[in-house]
Parts: sequence; C-alpha cells; structure tokens
Amino acid sequence: MISKALIDEFEKIAGSENIFTDKTDRVAYSYDAAVLDAVMPALVVRPVHNEALGQIVRLCNDNRLPLTVRGSGTNLSGGTVPSAEGIVVVTNALQKILEINTADMLVVVQPGVVTAKLAAAVEAKGLFYPPDPGSQAVSTIGGNVAENAGGLRGLKYGVTRDYVMGIEFFDVNGELVKTGSRTVKCATGYNLTGLMVGSEGTLGVFSEITLKLIPKPVHYKAMMAVFDKMDDASQAVAAIIAAHIVPATLEIMDNFTIRAVEDFSKAGLPTDAAALLLIETDGHPAQTEEDAAKVESICRQNRATSIHVAQDAAERDKVWLARRNALAALAKLKPTLVLEDATVPRSRIPEMVREIQAIGSQYDLPIGIFGHAGDGNLHPTILTDKRNKKEWERVEAAIEAIFDKALAMGGTLSGEHGTGIAKARFLEKETTPATIVYSKRVKKALDPHNILNPGKIIG
Amino acid sequence: MADMKELIRLMKALEDQLIVCMRCGLCQAVCPLYAQTGREADVARGKLALLDGLLQEMFDDPGGVNERLNRCLLCGSCAANCPSGVKVLEIFLKARAILTGYMRLSPLKKLILRGMLARPERLDRLASWAAKMQKLGVRPVNETIGTSCARLMSSLPENIIAHRHFKPLADEPFHKRMPALNSAPVNGSPKVAFYVGCLIDKIYPHIAQATIDVLHYHGVGVYMPEGQGCCGIPALSSGDTATFAKLLRHNVRKLESEKTDYLVTACATCTSVIKEMWPVMAADQDDAFQARVQALSDKTLDINQFLVSKIGLKKDAQNPETAPTTVTYHDPCHLKKTMGVFAEPRAVIKAATGYKLVEMDEADACCGMGGSFNLQYYDLSSDIGKVKCANILATGCSVLATGCPACMMQISDALSQAGADIAVKHPIELYAEMVSCVTCQKPLHYDGNRCGHSSQQ
Ligand SMILES: Cc1cc2nc3c(=O)[nH]c(=O)nc-3n(C[C@H](O)[C@H](O)[C@H](O)COP(=O)(O)OP(=O)(O)OC[C@H]3O[C@@H](n4cnc5c(N)ncnc54)[C@H](O)[C@@H]3O)c2cc1C
Ligand code: SF4
Ligand code: SF4
Repeated sequence: MISKALIDEFEKIAGSENIFTDKTDRVAYSYDAAVLDAVMPALVVRPVHNEALGQIVRLCNDNRLPLTVRGSGTNLSGGTVPSAEGIVVVTNALQKILEINTADMLVVVQPGVVTAKLAAAVEAKGLFYPPDPGSQAVSTIGGNVAENAGGLRGLKYGVTRDYVMGIEFFDVNGELVKTGSRTVKCATGYNLTGLMVGSEGTLGVFSEITLKLIPKPVHYKAMMAVFDKMDDASQAVAAIIAAHIVPATLEIMDNFTIRAVEDFSKAGLPTDAAALLLIETDGHPAQTEEDAAKVESICRQNRATSIHVAQDAAERDKVWLARRNALAALAKLKPTLVLEDATVPRSRIPEMVREIQAIGSQYDLPIGIFGHAGDGNLHPTILTDKRNKKEWERVEAAIEAIFDKALAMGGTLSGEHGTGIAKARFLEKETTPATIVYSKRVKKALDPHNILNPGKIIG
Repeated sequence: MADMKELIRLMKALEDQLIVCMRCGLCQAVCPLYAQTGREADVARGKLALLDGLLQEMFDDPGGVNERLNRCLLCGSCAANCPSGVKVLEIFLKARAILTGYMRLSPLKKLILRGMLARPERLDRLASWAAKMQKLGVRPVNETIGTSCARLMSSLPENIIAHRHFKPLADEPFHKRMPALNSAPVNGSPKVAFYVGCLIDKIYPHIAQATIDVLHYHGVGVYMPEGQGCCGIPALSSGDTATFAKLLRHNVRKLESEKTDYLVTACATCTSVIKEMWPVMAADQDDAFQARVQALSDKTLDINQFLVSKIGLKKDAQNPETAPTTVTYHDPCHLKKTMGVFAEPRAVIKAATGYKLVEMDEADACCGMGGSFNLQYYDLSSDIGKVKCANILATGCSVLATGCPACMMQISDALSQAGADIAVKHPIELYAEMVSCVTCQKPLHYDGNRCGHSSQQ
C-alpha cells in the first residue's frame, strides 16, 4: 500500500480528479492486450500536462515506486502489465498535435496522440505518416515508438523507427532529455533516439515526439491473387522481391484464415484456395500501373489460379476488407486468441509457413496464418481457450516451437509486437548471454533503482 | 444483503460470454463516454474486466463495479466495432439484473419502475396529470425546436430538470387521441401491428399520427391495440427483471392478439429492444412463451426499414439536389449499430418533397442520451451532446432528422442550449408531409391544425 501522504503528493502534482485509488478503477489498469495474468497497480495517475509527467517520474524514483507508462494498453507483449504496488501513468490526456510543419515535412506530438488521428490530420495537409499498426484507431504514438510498431506498409515504407526524428523524454530523475533534431540529417551525440525506440518504457518516459512525414502517394493499385498451393504463393512473393518491385503492401492469408474470413464476412473468397496474396502498389500513376502489371504476370507465372485487380476505390476497399477482417474472423472461433509475430528473412517464408502448419498438427491446435509476407513478418494466430489448462500447456509449447524455428532461420522472436514480459525469457536465445548482460548494464546505469517498467524486455 | 458467494455463483452464468473479450482495446476508438473521460473503467474493455474481477473473487463488495457498470450509455458502439463479437449489451443488462438482485433496487427506482412503469394505466394517468402540472413550472425557450426550461427551479426536482431545455409532455398523449385502431389493408398490402412506445405516445404523439397516415397512404392495414405498455428498457437497464417480465407478457399478449404480417415501430430504441433484447431476456420463461416472443421479434421492423424493404417509397418528381430545405440525419445507435439500419431512413428523407439531405461529420456518433444515463450523469451526457450539436451546426441545415424520440429529446436540448434555429424531426414526419387527407385532400398537418378526418381509406 502506498501511504496517504504520498497519494497527497501525487494529487498535488496531477489534481485529485486525475488520481485513481479505488480498487475498482485500479483493476481496469491491470492488463493489456497480451494473454497474461493481470496485476493490479497501487495507484493510477493521468497527468494532463507534460510538467506533471516529469514530476510524477521523479516522485516515483524518489520513493522507489515501480512506474509503468500506459498509452492505450493495446500492446501484445505485456508491456503495460504493471508491478503490484506500482504506479500506472496513463498518457491519454496528453493528446495534442503540437505542430504540423508542411515545409519541413514533420509533425510534433505529445505521446498520447492516437495514431489514426495523427495520420488523418497530416493527410488533410497532403502529407503521409505510413506506419499503420492494425490497432491504429486506438494505439498512441508513445506506445508505437516504445514498441517500434509496424503495420501493413512495412515492406516499402518501413516501421515507426524509420519516422522518429527526435524524442524528448524524462529520465528517471524527471529531468528532460532531448534527442535527435528537426533536420533530416543529424550527426551529433549518441543516437539516443535509437535507444529509446522500442524501449517499452524501461529507459525513460516520452513527453514529445517529432516524426518525419512524406508526400502522399497519388495513385494505388490493389489486387488479390489466388493460389492452389501455399508454396506457389510464397514463390510468387520471392519472385516479386527478386524482380525488384517493392509493393506498398504484400499480405498473405492461409486456407484456415480464408475460410474464417469467408464464414465471417461472406465476401465471396475462394474457400478452397490454399493461399491468397493481397498486393498493393502505389506512387506515381505510370510507375504504379507498370509495377502492378509486372506483379500480376509474376503471380500468373507462379501458378496463381485467378487474379482480381481492383478497378476502382470501392473494389480496392473490398480487397483490403478481407485482410482487415482476418483478426476479427479468427477471434470469433475460440474464446482465446494468441497473436504471435515471429519473423523470418523473407526468403524463408515458404519454409516458415510449412513449419508453423506442422507445429499446428503436432500440438493439435488450430493455427491461422496471415501477415506481412513481403517483410517476413507472419502472424501465426493460435486459437484456444485459456481456461483449458491442458490445452494451454500445448499452446505454450507451440509458441516456443515457433520461436525456435524462426530463430533457426535467422529470424526474430518479434517483428513488431515487442518483448514485454511475454518474450523476455526467450530473448537470450535470439542474442547472446553477453547481450543480455550489456542491456542490463545500460538499464542499471540509466535506472539504478529499477523503477522504470521493471521486468520488461530483459526480465 | 445476500452473500457474495451467491452473487459470484450467479455471475458464473456470464463467464462464457465474458471470456470472449480478448482485451484488444479497440472499443476505445468508438465509446462516446471514453472519448469524454479517457477512463478505462468507462469503456467496454474495462467494464468487462471488472465483471471478470467479480467472478475471480477480487472484490468483497460489488458496489464499485455496479456503479461503473451503470456509467454507460448502452449505445452498443463497442459491440458493433468489436472484433471478437462480444455481446456487450447483453452482458451488461444481465449483469445489471444480477447486481440489482444483490444490491436491491433503490426505493425511488422501485417506485418508478414497479409502481408506475409496470402498470401502463397508472403511468398514463400520471403522465396526463404531469402534462397539466408542467405548465405551472416551465416556460418555452425555443419555438423552432419546441423546448422549455424550468420557470422556477425550486418547483421541480433539481437533478431531473437542472438546466435542461426539454421537450415538454404533449398536451394530449397519442392514446387519448386514438386509443386503438384496427384497419384493413388495401390491394393486397400487408397488415402491421403498430407499437407506439412511451416517448412517442407522451411527448411526440404527432409521430405516431404521421406513421399511421403514411401506412394508410400506402394501403397498409394497421393494428394498434389499446393499453400498450413500455418496451421494458428502463426496467432492464435498472436491472429490474421482474418489471421487465411483467411488461413483456403484457405487450406480447396485446401485440399478437390480431394476425399481422409485421410489427412496426417508429422508435429506434423500442425496435432494437423488441428485436434484440426481448428474446434474450425471455430465455428463462417457458418454451411456448419464448417461441411467441421470438415470433414477434422476428417480424419487427423499424418504420423506415419497413417502408423501404416491404412497400417501396413514393418518389417525388422533384430533384432532391435543388430542394429548398436542407436536412441532416443523425443515426440513432439503436438503429445503425444494433440493427444495421442506416440507408433506409436516408432514403425516406430523400423521397420526401422539398428536402435535401446533407451529411454531418460522424453522423453515427452517439448523441449522449443513453436513457437513464442522461438522468444520472447529465453533465457527461450533455458534453457528448455538444459534440453532436457542433457537427449538426456545421452543416448549416435547417432540420435535424433522426429515427429515435430519445435522440430527438437529447438533440433538442443541445440545439436549444446553443440557441440554434433548427427543427428536430423524425424522418417519417418529413415523408408524411407529402401525404394528403384521403377524405378532403388537404395536406395533413401535425401541428394541431389537422383537418380532423381519419386517414383511413
Ligand atoms: C488488434 C490489434 C492489432 C495490432 N496490430 C499491430 C500491428 O499491426 N503492428 C504492430 O506493431 N502492433 C500491433 N498491435 C500491438 C499494439 O497496438 C502496438 O504495440 C502499439 O504500439 C501499442 O500502443 P499503445 O498506445 O496501446 O501502447 P501501450 O500498450 O499502452 O504501451 C506499449 C509500451 O509502450 C510503453 N509506452 C507507452 N507510452 C510511453 C511513453 N510515453 N514513454 C515511454 N514508454 C511508453 C509502455 O510502457 C509499454 O511498454 C496490435 C494490437 C492489437 C490489439
Ligand atoms: S473491442 Fe471487444 S474484444 Fe476488444 S476489448 Fe473491446 S469488448 Fe473486448
Ligand atoms: S455501450 Fe456505449 S457507452 Fe457503454 S461501453 Fe459500449 S460504447 Fe461505451
């Protein structure tokens, strides 16, 4: 329990209406979107301005209170499951877009700005912020940066990391640290921005983020290619990349997912197909059309049984609706859905798909596979009921098996969902013991009392 | 108080539905309450986690959970957007019933729900008495909208009237003007049972009249039994299943007492309750009764939906693009999110003479009414209403149309507070303006200057 006196201090900083001490309210901050056990924090604070944010960090450090920053709590790795006796600091009241600079093509935001709102605001000015995680309607920029979130456009446009120009953050003492700059180039000091991206709230608390913008593509061409064999689809992906075409999006769906989506949305998908590729090229009209024509012929050469090219915006929406419905369709099949994101070098996609399918049958679990084939980031989605203890043990074993396969192919445990609690104990497998020790030393130096989101990433 | 163990035992019935929530948090994008407060306990994910917490025996006292659970508009925005298909409203209503059973109804709610709502005749008598009394306590504030506010704050219960600009009770409720009706269909048209609903009966009786006139114009036979009761949603949202069950039996008996093809209402909330909640909440009744409820529910349609899908609209020769009066349409949550009805009311408006439809931003964002939510949390409710109001004003329209009398009340309040000169109407009112009296051919007016003939053919 934290003392009344300390609660008063938090109240003084943030205002009494922004402090939640009641157990009922605290329970609502005990979880995120990862399938993990909930932990109830001792106190929840929702600062409404940045100064308060810094003062809260300092107060926590002075009193050795574990602090977990929370954006919208949609991460899939347990990054916002707090410590018991810890403090949750919610950033969703810090939601101002401070500046959209069209001349320098950048935007400055507070950490609690919702991704989709930012994307819409810059689009209204003819600019483009490409990272589009599936959760963009709710996720915050702070959360995106802290997880290095990806999305559907990673292949051509990269991930959140590629757009972060600078970060202002509070160190553990509540002092303001500035990294990066407003310039396209910047060669001064350590690359602290790089250290902060993906740090999951363990090294500092972001208060202001400067993001790079690019011009909005003027033309799009979307298509859906149907394959009888998963291998043919995977070969087509490899051939598209080998032909040096970089589609904005290159997504794959296996038969299990296709059937789920069709049951769910009755969109007329071919339920007997082994795989679908959903592809979009964008950019200059002539280039876009040419790329699309090449992609189409590559798909045919790789035995696509049919290809549907969207002729207008409505047809394009239809193509992407199928993909957007994938998670919802799978989620409806079983009470618990475990969304993994082990990622392999893209040339290994065919092999990885086969391995995941084998793991599914080995552990007798339904696994839907969809994801970003173009960048090697698959989403094996295991369907289960976490109340079934026996089955849950098989799920855990299957997840570990998927990790092992991905690592054996030179891949990574997570392409975009982060390490959090869920993958912390596997991190050493991907790296070396010295990497963990090194990371722990960095953490110890920057956060000597281990109050910044303890237990995440390096355990 | 019953003991906690018993409460948890009852809550177990919800476990299979609760587990469906995967805590993805996507409901944060659409919850109108969360948009105002940013508090996790206000959004569906948080409330579901709290109910789960009750199940996991995390609480010694369910009071806090009960309170958070009641802070909800029951708008269904979360459910409509949920990838997992969590039946949020069903869970919330069932949980309210269980928690109310445990905590007991407050004496005031008991008086209102059991003493009045459960007894249609008594409610009617009370409302007609109140219609007379209100004249003493209120004064008109906005002529276009037809709202009033309190003349002397002290003469009326403070928390109910507050600073509201409310639609007063009609001088004469619809059931006084027309207690019952049973007209035959013409030329092979269908026959419908018409369920009026409390708000239309007591506050907007002219909507009931317009609905009947339009149905008759299209040759539809109308059966409107006498003494209809409330659809039960106020009872359900207060967790009073006993009152709900009583009203359900009463209404089912009335509505099925004549053979009809469809059951039609002009109230989005009533339609969604009859369609979605009656069957679910009748699940503990005997099989035969359940089948009767299901049969009624299956044939229930919103009036706009009925006209568009079963009858076909009368199309006017005018070009709606050059029509003089601009109207914008607000999607009631219970029509769009619960039943997927949004194209039909727009089609009805476009078919009406003289109206040009202009869309507002976020036409399907909740207006903030939420039934008893508005009574309990007026400030939050009106903050949500202000967002809607700003979107309406931005269209520059002169009429706001919406298919639910509860939304009409809320939006009237917001527009009137903003001093707007915008009339608030039901789409069927606009459409009915094309219909003339079959006896004298005069246009039918709904402002009291009617020709006096029945619209029956
Ligand atoms: C349905 C669904 C689809 C998803 N799709 C994708 C996808 O396509 N791609 C993808 O990459 N992810 C995806 N995710 C995962 C998740 O949405 C992302 O990780 C997102 O970036 C989390 O944002 P958030 O605001 O919810 O952050 P939170 O979950 O609240 O926090 C995430 C981490 O960031 C830290 N953090 C938050 N704010 C700050 C701050 N101001 N300073 C320092 N640290 C901070 C937290 O401590 C935590 O460790 C999906 C999740 C769901 C539920
Ligand atoms: S959107 Fe549905 S599954 Fe996701 S948190 Fe909300 S209620 Fe749960
Ligand atoms: S019903 Fe409406 S107010 Fe209630 S939780 Fe769902 S979206 Fe929010």
